[in-house]
Amino acid sequence: MQPFDYVKPKTLEEASALLLQHNGQARPFAGCTDLLIRIERGFLHPDVVVDIKALPGMREVAVQPDGHLRIGAAATMNQVALHPAVLERWPLLAEGCASVASYQLRNRATVGGNLCNASPAADSAPALLCYEAVAHIFGPAGQRSVPLEQFFLGPGKTVLERGELLTAITVPPPAPGAVGHFLKLGRTAVGDISVVSVAVLGWPDLGAPSGTSWHIALGAVAPTPIRAAEAERLLGQDASPAGVEAASRAAAAAARPIDDIRASAAYRTDMVRVLTRRGVERVLAEMRAS
Amino acid sequence: MRHEISFTVNGERYDITVQSHHTLLQVLREQLVLTGTKNGCSEGECGACTVLMDGEPVNSCLVLGVEADGHEIITVEGLATDGHLAPIQRTMVELGGTQCGFCTPGILIAAHALLQRNPNPSEQEIREGLVGNLCRCTGYMRIIAAVREAARLQQADTLN
Ligand SMILES: Cc1cc2nc3c(=O)[nH]c(=O)nc-3n(C[C@H](O)[C@H](O)[C@H](O)COP(=O)(O)OP(=O)(O)OC[C@H]3O[C@@H](n4cnc5c(N)ncnc54)[C@H](O)[C@@H]3O)c2cc1C
Repeated sequence: MQPFDYVKPKTLEEASALLLQHNGQARPFAGCTDLLIRIERGFLHPDVVVDIKALPGMREVAVQPDGHLRIGAAATMNQVALHPAVLERWPLLAEGCASVASYQLRNRATVGGNLCNASPAADSAPALLCYEAVAHIFGPAGQRSVPLEQFFLGPGKTVLERGELLTAITVPPPAPGAVGHFLKLGRTAVGDISVVSVAVLGWPDLGAPSGTSWHIALGAVAPTPIRAAEAERLLGQDASPAGVEAASRAAAAAARPIDDIRASAAYRTDMVRVLTRRGVERVLAEMRAS
Repeated sequence: MRHEISFTVNGERYDITVQSHHTLLQVLREQLVLTGTKNGCSEGECGACTVLMDGEPVNSCLVLGVEADGHEIITVEGLATDGHLAPIQRTMVELGGTQCGFCTPGILIAAHALLQRNPNPSEQEIREGLVGNLCRCTGYMRIIAAVREAARLQQADTLN
C-alpha cells in the first residue's frame, strides 16, 4: 500500500484545520472499511489520514432530552443496530445497520462513513431518509445542519466542502404507532451489498384518506438514495390492495437505476416494485395487528 | 510516518514502532511473526484475518497497526488457555471442520466471539455469525456442526 501519514486529533478545530492544510490530500478516517480499500487499489492517494474517532461525541449513540436520537458520525453499525433505544424506537434503522456486511465488519464500519462515502447502496441511508434524519457538519465556517435528503449529491459526492466533517446524525422520533421495515436484496441472503433496497415506514394518520401516512426510501437504484414521494402520496390516498399495487408501481417509476455487475437496470426496477409491495403489506399487517 | 505503540497481544505486552500505513494484519504477521492470522482478500470479505480487538472480532486487514495502540488483541495463537484448546478448537478438530486450513484461524476467532455473545446460537444465527468468513473447501456443514457442538461443550463446562 502507498505510504501515508496518520494523525488522531482531539478537537474538531484541529481536525478541520488538518483537512484544510493538506490541499485536499488529507482524508477523514473512521472505520476505514471503504477508505483503505480505495487506497490499496490505488484510487485514492492521501498524504495523511485524519482519524476522527477520538473527537468529542463522535462515538456516542444517545437519545437527547428532546427525544431525538443522536448518532455520533463515527459510531459503528453494531453500536447502532444493537442499541436498546434504537431497537425499540427506530427499529427500521436497526434493520438497515444490521444488514451491512458481516458482524466483524460492522464492528468497524461507521454510520458517518457509510453516509460520507455516498454510495447509492449505503444501507443506513434509506431508513435515515424515512425518519427524516438531519446531518450535522463542522467546518472552517463553524457548524451547519442539512436534512439528510439534501446531503447526497451523486455517487461518492456529498455537500461536504473542503475542511468539513460530518459530526453527527440526529433522528426525530417517529409518529406514534409507526411501523417500519428494511427489505434488502443482495446476491446472497445475508451479508452482500444491496442490489436493491427499500425502506418502508407507515403510521396511523386520521387526517389521511387511507388512514395512514408513509415514508418510502430506495437504495441502489439512483445516483443517490432517494425518497419515493409519489408512492408515499398514493398510499396516503389508498392503502387497499389496489392502492398498494399502484404505489409499488410508482416507487418503481421513481427508480433510475443502471446496469452493473450486480444486476440489470430492468431487474432493479422490477424489484423495487416487488420489495415495496412486500414491505408495505408487511407494515400494514403489523399495524392492523397492534 | 512512524508511531510508537504499546498494546497487548495474547496477554503479552509489546512496545513497538509501526508505520502509519501498515495494517494490524501486517504488524501481527510481519513484526510479531504471529502468522496464524491469514491474509486472504485484504478487503474485508473473506475473514481469514479476523482477530479480537478488546474482545470483539474485527478484520485486521482493515485496521491500521497504529490504531491498536492501547488495545488488547487476541489472535488464534491466543485462543487456548494453559495448553487447553478452546471448545471451538476441539470440536473443529473432532468434527473435521477444516480442510486446507487457510480460513480456519479466522473461523475459530469469529465462532469463538459468536459463542461469547450468544452461548446457544441457532443454526441460522451460526450461519449469520460466520457470514464474514469464507471457506472454499468444507462446504460449511462441518463448521456449523462444530460450532453447535462447541456451544454444547461450553454449556456443559459452565454447569460443571
Ligand atoms: C466486505 C465489505 C462489505 C460491505 N458491505 C456493505 C453493505 O452491505 N452495505 C453497505 O452499506 N456498505 C457496505 N460496505 C461498505 C462500508 O463498509 C460502509 O460504507 C461503511 O459504513 C463505511 O464506514 P467506515 O467508517 O468504514 O468509512 P471510512 O472508510 O472510514 O470512510 C468512508 C469515506 O467517508 C469519509 N468519511 C468518513 N467519516 C467521515 C466524516 N465523519 N466526515 C467526513 N468524511 C468522512 C472518508 O474520508 C472516506 O472517503 C462494505 C464494505 C466491505 C469492505
